Amino acid sequence: MVRLDNITLRYRPDAKPALDRVDCHLAAGSFTWLMGPSGAGKSSLLKLLQLAMRPSAGQLYVMDRPIHTARRQELPGLRRRIGVVFQDFRLLPHLDVLENVALPLRIAGRGERQLLADATEMLRWVGLGDRLKARPEELSGGEQQRVALARAVVARPALLLADEPTSNLDEAQSRRVVALLQQMHRLGSTVVVATHNQWLAEENPAAILRLEAGRLLEHG
Amino acid sequence: MAERTPRARGRDPLGLKRAMADRLLPGLVAAMALLAALAMAGANAAAAMASRWEGGAAAAMMVQLPRNIAVAPAAARLAGLPGVAEAIALDHDRLAALLRPWLGDASGLPLPGMIELRLTSLGPASLALPAAIEAAIPGAQVEAHGVWVARLSALARSLQALAWLVLALVAGVAAAMVAVATRAGIAARRATIVILHDMGATDGTIARRFAGRIAWLAGLGAVLGAAAAAPLLWLLGGLAAPLLGDTLAMPWLALAALPPAAAGIAWATAHAAVRLWLRSLP
Repeated sequence: MVRLDNITLRYRPDAKPALDRVDCHLAAGSFTWLMGPSGAGKSSLLKLLQLAMRPSAGQLYVMDRPIHTARRQELPGLRRRIGVVFQDFRLLPHLDVLENVALPLRIAGRGERQLLADATEMLRWVGLGDRLKARPEELSGGEQQRVALARAVVARPALLLADEPTSNLDEAQSRRVVALLQQMHRLGSTVVVATHNQWLAEENPAAILRLEAGRLLEHG
Repeated sequence: MAERTPRARGRDPLGLKRAMADRLLPGLVAAMALLAALAMAGANAAAAMASRWEGGAAAAMMVQLPRNIAVAPAAARLAGLPGVAEAIALDHDRLAALLRPWLGDASGLPLPGMIELRLTSLGPASLALPAAIEAAIPGAQVEAHGVWVARLSALARSLQALAWLVLALVAGVAAAMVAVATRAGIAARRATIVILHDMGATDGTIARRFAGRIAWLAGLGAVLGAAAAAPLLWLLGGLAAPLLGDTLAMPWLALAALPPAAAGIAWATAHAAVRLWLRSLP
């Protein structure tokens, strides 16, 4: 599903690399914890995997497509098969909850009736079936996180990425979000979750990628 | 402001209805459309004047024959010259009638033979005609007022070209305004655009959303501008009537074409501007 061969990422040509010669392979259908302290390169790695950036050096394959050489026009189609839960949710404030969740389906060109039905079902799945018309600012942090999760999974992505999805949540809410991510994993998605919460990984054993200062320390 | 339905909001995921002001751009485009309508009317009026001058008084020459030349054979000879559509011999009674306002009853006066030449056009051939007449009928005098009318006609044609240039400038300024408005819209919705881009929205999809909104605003402004121009053009048409010999026809087709033209220019400009900006994203 994902392969990184000697990947280096720099935000500026003269800057210290955010990722430094990283090699790893994530199998299709796997669940992986991406761990490390703040500034280790977790978010940078996720940015590469969500195709928001291209590597400065090395070879990156996502869904078996060579991203380092892909033409720009090829990327939107791949991005539509990737769901992302952002640390800061990135919900659109001018849209209500239902429309936020329906957005990936709208981008994919689904029919109006079907996309609203699917978005409603997904919001029920994350326990927000009664908040369809609410604006994001009317929701608590935990609720916003679940909306972001619903939006990330509504198009049934092949690759689901979550960047610190529990950083703003208490333990109970964190467990609920992780349970939803695991449910998506059981439904067939390849899941990568960046976190610095060791206890989450210990409670939910899975493969671990451990980064520190841009270098991959552990892969297993 | 009334709350929009989720369905309506869903068709505007970028929130452009709020981000892109619905007063400023239509107002500016309305002003541009008004100027464009005036320029088009100016071009039409100049064309009508040039055409009238070229086909009216200018397209005629008066030839005074020497005393020893018979009018009818001379008219036949002149009718065969290049650029002459018709040679009309003016009989004694008609000449007397023409002179009556100045000389009173001139029926007893010895009047010269006169021939009116109707020209096919005021082209280069007409400039060579006096020499050709002189060669055909030595001693004939030509009243070539068409030369200065040709100059007036050239002036009218220049005014027409100037009006088209003004129209092109107006279109260029309108396109620049749209580009600025588009950049402002992009700045206001940058984060949203990036989110949609990262979700897999294509450049074309995002650009079409912007272009559609801008085209709607520009089209609306052009409708207002065309509506404001109509009474002005009617008034100006009345003022130009003495010069044209008739009231200038209202350019309804041109006025009706303004909104789609403005919308088209706006759509193309906004689409290109957004696509250009999107190239900065991976």
